[in-house]
Amino acid sequence: MEKRLNGKRLSKASRSGFINYGIVIAAFALIQILLVVQKLLGVTLVSNSLQSLLVPTCCYIVMAVSLNLTVGILGELSLGHAGFMSLGAFSGIVASFLLADVIPFAPLRLALSMIVGAAFGAVGGVIVGVPVLRLQGDYLAIVTLAFGQIIKNIIMVLYVGVDEKGFHIAASSERFNLAEDGTAIIKGPMGAVGVTKLASFTAGFVLILITLVVVQNLVNSRSGRAIMALRDNRIAAESVGINTTKYKLMAFVTSAALAGAAGALFGLNYSSTVASKFDFNASILVLVFVVLGGLGSIRGSIIAAALLYVLPELLRQFGDIADYRMLVYAIVLILVMLATNNDQLKALVGRIIPKRKGAASHG
Amino acid sequence: MADKKQFEKGKMVPVPSVSIIPERDLGTTPILECSHLGIDFGGLTAVNEFNITVGRTEIAGLIGPNGAGKTTVFNLLTKVYQPTRGTILLDGLDTHGKTPAQINRMGIARTFQNIRLFNNLSVEDNVKIGLHNQEKYSMFTGILRLPKYWRQEKAAHERALELLSIFNMEDLADHQAGSLPYGAQRRLEIVRALATNPSLLLLDEPAAGMNPSETAELMENIVKIRDTFQIAIMLIEHDMSLVMGICEGICVLNFGQIIAKGTAEEIQSNPTVIEAYLGKQQEGGAD
Repeated sequence: MEKRLNGKRLSKASRSGFINYGIVIAAFALIQILLVVQKLLGVTLVSNSLQSLLVPTCCYIVMAVSLNLTVGILGELSLGHAGFMSLGAFSGIVASFLLADVIPFAPLRLALSMIVGAAFGAVGGVIVGVPVLRLQGDYLAIVTLAFGQIIKNIIMVLYVGVDEKGFHIAASSERFNLAEDGTAIIKGPMGAVGVTKLASFTAGFVLILITLVVVQNLVNSRSGRAIMALRDNRIAAESVGINTTKYKLMAFVTSAALAGAAGALFGLNYSSTVASKFDFNASILVLVFVVLGGLGSIRGSIIAAALLYVLPELLRQFGDIADYRMLVYAIVLILVMLATNNDQLKALVGRIIPKRKGAASHG
Repeated sequence: MADKKQFEKGKMVPVPSVSIIPERDLGTTPILECSHLGIDFGGLTAVNEFNITVGRTEIAGLIGPNGAGKTTVFNLLTKVYQPTRGTILLDGLDTHGKTPAQINRMGIARTFQNIRLFNNLSVEDNVKIGLHNQEKYSMFTGILRLPKYWRQEKAAHERALELLSIFNMEDLADHQAGSLPYGAQRRLEIVRALATNPSLLLLDEPAAGMNPSETAELMENIVKIRDTFQIAIMLIEHDMSLVMGICEGICVLNFGQIIAKGTAEEIQSNPTVIEAYLGKQQEGGAD
């Protein structure tokens, strides 16, 4: 009896996780096959504009899954997730530049840059999280909102470069005394320029898998249960001996680190990146993915991020509608929201696909 | 429930702090000693001069009319509120300045008057969260799924089912906690509290909303829990059949003050207690 229960339970928790890995791997394989077939037959299956969206889509999937860790699983609202992405992007760009001579092998350099991005994201998470997560209420939303703006404004005036005397960093162009033969990596409002594009779709795919491993395994562990306990009932969680600040911080910093890694990949996908790309709208975009995908649902985040990021581009192809594509995008968002809140529709879906919890209560 | 079951109770003996503890607990440090405990909310004194001693294996009762401050006492003991004055000694250790989470790790577990479960999680996960501090592996062990993770998760799973079996709830392990019937939610809360391996279990109205047969079963289970785990249990309850049936030492609270302490027999015949519950006789009595 116990053995059977044990087997059933473990498989249920991990089954959902394996489906997510399966979806990601299948999508990756499908796109790779399409790309190969396209090359062999010389027909256009995946347009150039769509191909250029592959890496950013991967980044935004990672962003959505990591934000879901904060919003859906920890239950704290964060409005500055793009701020951590920005930290990761620019630190990753600088790291890849500095490592260019040391490590000629591009994938390794990309991996190290993403680790540096993740580390900067994590540090940002600690700086925001330590004071704010001690408080209860909506303070995290307010502070992360400000954090996103602050990071954007700081990077707008930041000058970073290297010459033979070493590494230069300054907060204005006058004080940026780079030698003639030096190279500027970040040039204030112009952002990072002359970036070697290291990012690849495969790297994005690997980053998504790593993110899924981290988030899903975290959720199904002792720490993850503590995090969800805090979301469901803080007072009860404290009463069973859970250190609230520690686990809030754990979830938030993990989320920020993953956003940093996604940012590094994003930054290394373009030859130039400006800080204003990671503004409040970008944060809200990721939040939209998370909310529409379903709070706490990892699979929902993946699918919502992939579809909604590509949707505006797909709409561009249909000649006449192209002008109204943002309108269509907005209508799709509204329809999805109406549909997911419609009890009759939910009941219909529930009849077609029996809900797992409901099924459990019958057995 | 016509047949009144007789529960075995320990003989009560006086201890220095004008309290009584079971005779079998003499010679050991009392699990809980409160002296001059009190809290003010603004100008309002909610609890004052709360002195109590609870023996290591005692089942103690805390009763009183609505608004007497019973739950406030529990909140003081678990540091949801920091006391304005007085000391709480848990197993001889001062709990001054501790957080609710630290108090739990020191050995006090509790349930809540208005049930506080982790509603979106499964019954088993609720118990596993109670086992949180008995599992010892880091976040990275969990993410990397090292052998230690599998070992400890297996142990936690088995322990959770074992604890759920106290109330015959193993079959509900996969259910969502929030979807359980009311009585089962109350029982799950007790299991979750027990999972934290406490030496003192505080139950806030465990029988609220239960029918007489459920209450009788609960009484047996409370005694069973005390006997198997050898812990002290302190409970707040309005159901006098439960309190008088299983509580060894009873403490009556009214307007934040202790008005009587003693065994069930002493409390039942105490005129101050009768007055607090029913009002003064010459003023027309209870209507």
